[in-house]
Amino acid sequence: MKEINIIVCAKQIPDPEAPLSDVSVDAENKEVIVDAPLVINPFDENALEAALQIKEEMDAKITVLSLGKKVSDTVLRKTLAAGADELILLEDNAFEKLDSHSVACVLADAIRKIGEYDLVLTGRQAGDWDSGQVGLILGELLEIPCISLAREISITDRSVVVKKSHPEGYERVKTKMPALVTVSNEVGELRYISRMKMLKMLKGAASISSWNSGDFDLAREKLMETQIVELLSPSDMGRDCEFIEGAAPDEQAEKLAAVLTGLR
Amino acid sequence: MSEVLILGEVKEGSLNLRTLELLNIGKNLAKDLDGEFSVVLIGDELLAAASEALSYGPDKVFKVEHALLNNFNADLWLESLQQIVKQINPKIFLMSLSFIGMELGPRLACRLDTRLTTDCIDLSINPTKGPGEDGLLLRTKPVSGGNAISVFKCPGVPQMATMRGNVIKPAEAAESQGKIVDIVPKIDESLIRVESLEIVKEDIIALDKADVVIAGGAGLGDEDGFEILEDLTRVLNKSFNNVMIGCSRVAVDKGWVSPDHQVGLTGTIISPDIYIAVGISGAIQHLVGMVQSKKIIAINSDSGCNMFKVADYGIVEDYETIIPLLVDKLEELS
Repeated sequence: MKEINIIVCAKQIPDPEAPLSDVSVDAENKEVIVDAPLVINPFDENALEAALQIKEEMDAKITVLSLGKKVSDTVLRKTLAAGADELILLEDNAFEKLDSHSVACVLADAIRKIGEYDLVLTGRQAGDWDSGQVGLILGELLEIPCISLAREISITDRSVVVKKSHPEGYERVKTKMPALVTVSNEVGELRYISRMKMLKMLKGAASISSWNSGDFDLAREKLMETQIVELLSPSDMGRDCEFIEGAAPDEQAEKLAAVLTGLR
Repeated sequence: MSEVLILGEVKEGSLNLRTLELLNIGKNLAKDLDGEFSVVLIGDELLAAASEALSYGPDKVFKVEHALLNNFNADLWLESLQQIVKQINPKIFLMSLSFIGMELGPRLACRLDTRLTTDCIDLSINPTKGPGEDGLLLRTKPVSGGNAISVFKCPGVPQMATMRGNVIKPAEAAESQGKIVDIVPKIDESLIRVESLEIVKEDIIALDKADVVIAGGAGLGDEDGFEILEDLTRVLNKSFNNVMIGCSRVAVDKGWVSPDHQVGLTGTIISPDIYIAVGISGAIQHLVGMVQSKKIIAINSDSGCNMFKVADYGIVEDYETIIPLLVDKLEELS
């Protein structure tokens, strides 16, 4: 079987493991400000891991695509250190604040420019705006079969077999390639990358290209920004915590038991 | 004309709870628009479910029956739904953020060239009188791990949204004057691109069905901590239905509990009646999974932890001290 081409879409987001105190809301400008380091969306890391698992089994080329107004190449180089072959950064001022459909449009146009592909993998959702749409819309735009919530992906001949999450357990499904699969965390965390490998990748020459909206055939008229009417700050969501005090833990436990009984 | 249409979901012949919630919010939106409210059901034998839907007072129940629609197949359901929504042409089309809605929502929105907002916790109609008021659907959803609530509006018709479960009350029975309308979709087997080989049932904890969740995190220190939480589960089970154990990502990463217990962005997003967070500091990704719980109780030895900011009740104390005492008190009371 000839080499298969896998495209992994990866988004950089503020670290979702950051504490709440690092997040503030600028209600006036309708922006969420997260003072946390940028990381690759954890589900997209799962998608890359799924691609790497396939590459262990057969000849495969992995291309990582990442889109944003400005994409940090230091964050995304991790994908190369982990084993991806090529990294394409889609950077343009026009790519800021796009809605899910528009992001999928840009990715679809970029994938068309790449040309040959067998499998497109995305995370099941992103960890910032939690929309869970881009992957499935991308599949529709590329007019290829879509499979969501993959726990395990295997390739036989020209078909892809996926074990996907199902409300009652899991479902095994099969489709012909090219196909799009959205990946869930059950696939496993992205493999460990040694510090040395990471440092080498950060310094060395790497196969990274950067495309702006002029570099590929992009249907710009389709791009739309998300329209936010109002953004409420976390203080509106926070609650006035009533601390249950007592002379001794015994008294606190008694009071909490009464609270719980009252909620019955 | 049907202004508001919802996709109902049927399980073992009757409407599921998520559908009853959609019936409630859909009906309210239709009232605000002064238009018709309808339900669409997809499957192979739907008469009982359609009659049940009618008892909640919609104007119409569209019954879409086809032998090929007996089990959920995304390709066939998507094609059917696309045909139906085009035919009915509603202003608003709603689904729940279920297994079905999660898959069909984005794909259907793309095919209908409209925009979808997923995981909404509230929906309302922007008035039409004042400046900037356009009568569009306002879609409220938590973003950035639930640390902000954003209200969106989007172009495109129908205006589509998926609703998070357990945040709105289910509909109550109403005077039924509506009718059942049959629609037969034009589908055949050639539309199936993804073939189902088998469905394997697993014994999984359905956290989204819990009324009470007792969740443990890094603060438990080790695996044995969950045994203390189990004791609390046992005693609360005497007073509440469906008391389950949840956990943070750390507890799964450390191998203390299986992933189906995980609450949060990479686990299950839930809003039970009571959420008891034990030794969970409250990272963004965990809070998104539980911040909509009706009552939140936090137990943590660190008074400065984030969990207290979203809690209704808090106890600053070591859980190994407080929980056994709490179990005793609850035993006495029950």
